[in-house]
Amino acid sequence: MTALIEYVQTHPRTVGTLCCVLLAGIAGGSLLVDTHHAHTWAEQHVPAFWSLFGFAAAAVIIGAARWFGRSGIQAPTDFYERSNATPCEEEA
Amino acid sequence: MTSSFIHPSLFLIAGALLLPFIRGPLRKPYLFLAPMLALGAVVLNAAHSGVFGVVNFLDWQLVLGRVDKLSTVFALIMGLMAVIGTLYGLHIDRAGEHMAAWFYAAGSLGAIYSGDYLSLFLFWEMMAFGSVFLIWFRRGPQSLRVGYRYLLIHTIGGIILLAGILLRYQAVGNITFDLMDVAHPELYTWLIMIGFGLNAAMVPLHSWLPEAYSEASFNGAVFLCAFTTKTAVYTLARACAGMDVLVVLGVIMALYGVIYAVMENDVRKLLAWSIVSQVGYMVAGIGIGTDMAINGAVAHAVVHILYKSLLFMGTGSVLYMTGKTKFTELGGLYAKMPATFFFTMIGCLSISAAPCFAAYASKSMIITAGFEQHLNWASWLLMFGATGTFMYNGLKLPYFLFFGKNNCSPETWTKAGDPSWNMLIAMTLGATLCILVGTAPGFLYAMLPYAVDYTPHTTYHLMETLQLLGFAALAFVLLKKYVEPVDRICLDLDWLYRKAGCGFLWLIKHPLQWCDTAWGEAYRVVGLSSLMTLSRFWSWFDWHAIDGVVDGIARSVRGLGDKVRVLQSGQIQITLYYAFSLTAVLLVAFIFFQLL
Repeated sequence: MTALIEYVQTHPRTVGTLCCVLLAGIAGGSLLVDTHHAHTWAEQHVPAFWSLFGFAAAAVIIGAARWFGRSGIQAPTDFYERSNATPCEEEA
Repeated sequence: MTSSFIHPSLFLIAGALLLPFIRGPLRKPYLFLAPMLALGAVVLNAAHSGVFGVVNFLDWQLVLGRVDKLSTVFALIMGLMAVIGTLYGLHIDRAGEHMAAWFYAAGSLGAIYSGDYLSLFLFWEMMAFGSVFLIWFRRGPQSLRVGYRYLLIHTIGGIILLAGILLRYQAVGNITFDLMDVAHPELYTWLIMIGFGLNAAMVPLHSWLPEAYSEASFNGAVFLCAFTTKTAVYTLARACAGMDVLVVLGVIMALYGVIYAVMENDVRKLLAWSIVSQVGYMVAGIGIGTDMAINGAVAHAVVHILYKSLLFMGTGSVLYMTGKTKFTELGGLYAKMPATFFFTMIGCLSISAAPCFAAYASKSMIITAGFEQHLNWASWLLMFGATGTFMYNGLKLPYFLFFGKNNCSPETWTKAGDPSWNMLIAMTLGATLCILVGTAPGFLYAMLPYAVDYTPHTTYHLMETLQLLGFAALAFVLLKKYVEPVDRICLDLDWLYRKAGCGFLWLIKHPLQWCDTAWGEAYRVVGLSSLMTLSRFWSWFDWHAIDGVVDGIARSVRGLGDKVRVLQSGQIQITLYYAFSLTAVLLVAFIFFQLL
């Protein structure tokens, strides 16, 4: 297994091409699947709907998490130690 | 009939109490035996159905053994987890850690089998007090503090639950733990739901979970990830099924956990956020409340315990071997820990609902149930969250932990390696079950509370999943640099209660202390001064009036004594002279008065 991983790591172009072909195959294959039992209109009528949904959802989540983190949610690791120490130090 | 029911908690509690006395070569077989007996009891109980272990206590009837399909499926997975968790930590010498874990598991099994609120509450609290030691046994610099915060939050949750139970008893007149009238919720309905919801890590009552689970010992986290939240899911399914607000709360949990997990730098905290997210699916399923939704929630709880414990075992192995849990201090470990990598990957694929892996059989049941109930918004958002789950758990975690940039220090790299045999066997068991449930979910479906008319293995579901995972992976590859972990913490709603705690401390140290000082000064100036004046007056009065009278009498007596003393010359003839003279005077005076 380790050897296989090392082979994959040393051949990024081949692996990239294979993945693109695989993704194209999945998206193409989805056009052949019966969507009759799908729950919503979008699933039934938008070609390769879940491909678009998957990509868009992942991109939105990455964007949202980055914006959220940058907006002050991500703080230095000693954030609480510093803020908790202040009143005690004042008292001392 | 009662005798046929064996309470599995008895084996764990008795086993825990006897454990310190079992030493040497018997310790390991004993560690394996006690949870195995508990699991055996659960398996035997599964053959029955009904109410067992009925105890009359005061005016109440306690039911310690309600056995039905819902309690059985949860008890089975909890019993199994007690075995896997103990096996994983078999090499731990510290008896206390095993005892805490067994009391914790016993509390969970007790709560699951409880048919009344009183015994449920007792087992509920046993869980809280057993589990906190699993955090303290990490013995890290933060463990004590985190443990106390965990205990404090769970105590508050317990009080809310107890308040709900008491109000319900006042209104209904019994303590039967059953489905509440969620269509017409009373105050007690909300309180009980909040009490259960706190243990299920419902947003905004969730902050204890990521903090506590990431701070627990490597073995403790394996237990923690299984019992508390899933026992809460069981209680919600039992008492609050169909409560509309749970759909909203579940969806919020599912998405909230995803966003935080994507930002997280600590591997085990990422998994803890993932629990918040995945329990969100179960809560939403319970809120939807249909047979399929409840089945989906229960199935997801079962598979979640399997894959999440596997993930915590994998990352726990990394912690155990290297002492590190941050992505920014790890990376590239696949070559040093190949078996751990392999098992962790199975856990990652299982949580991502990849075809033929555990969650593939359960997550889609909840989402389908949402669509069938025309709750499209909820189902879409849960699908959105499922994509996120794959991204942070199926891609981010394995990539930055086992591949990506190697951030290991030379010391960490040297220490890295696959863990001991018992840990590997526990992971093998977990991984096997994950694949088994994903490929042939029939045996799981047979244990669910309602009849299952659902199969995950359809071409449409397969293609849907492959598209979602494939194209989410493409987005991850293209946008990878934006999710690269950074050595920072993520502020959460715990900021509020930490700040509230600091504010309370400030309130004590400043305004209240000032008031106390001012009161002391005022007392000294006004109260003490007047008291001293009064005391001085009484002192004067005592000295001059009281003592004056007493001393005056004394002085008079003494003066008289001085005068009379001269009569005492010591000569008998003079004494006789005074005595006869006095007698004569008295006699004359007497006669004189008689004559008058």
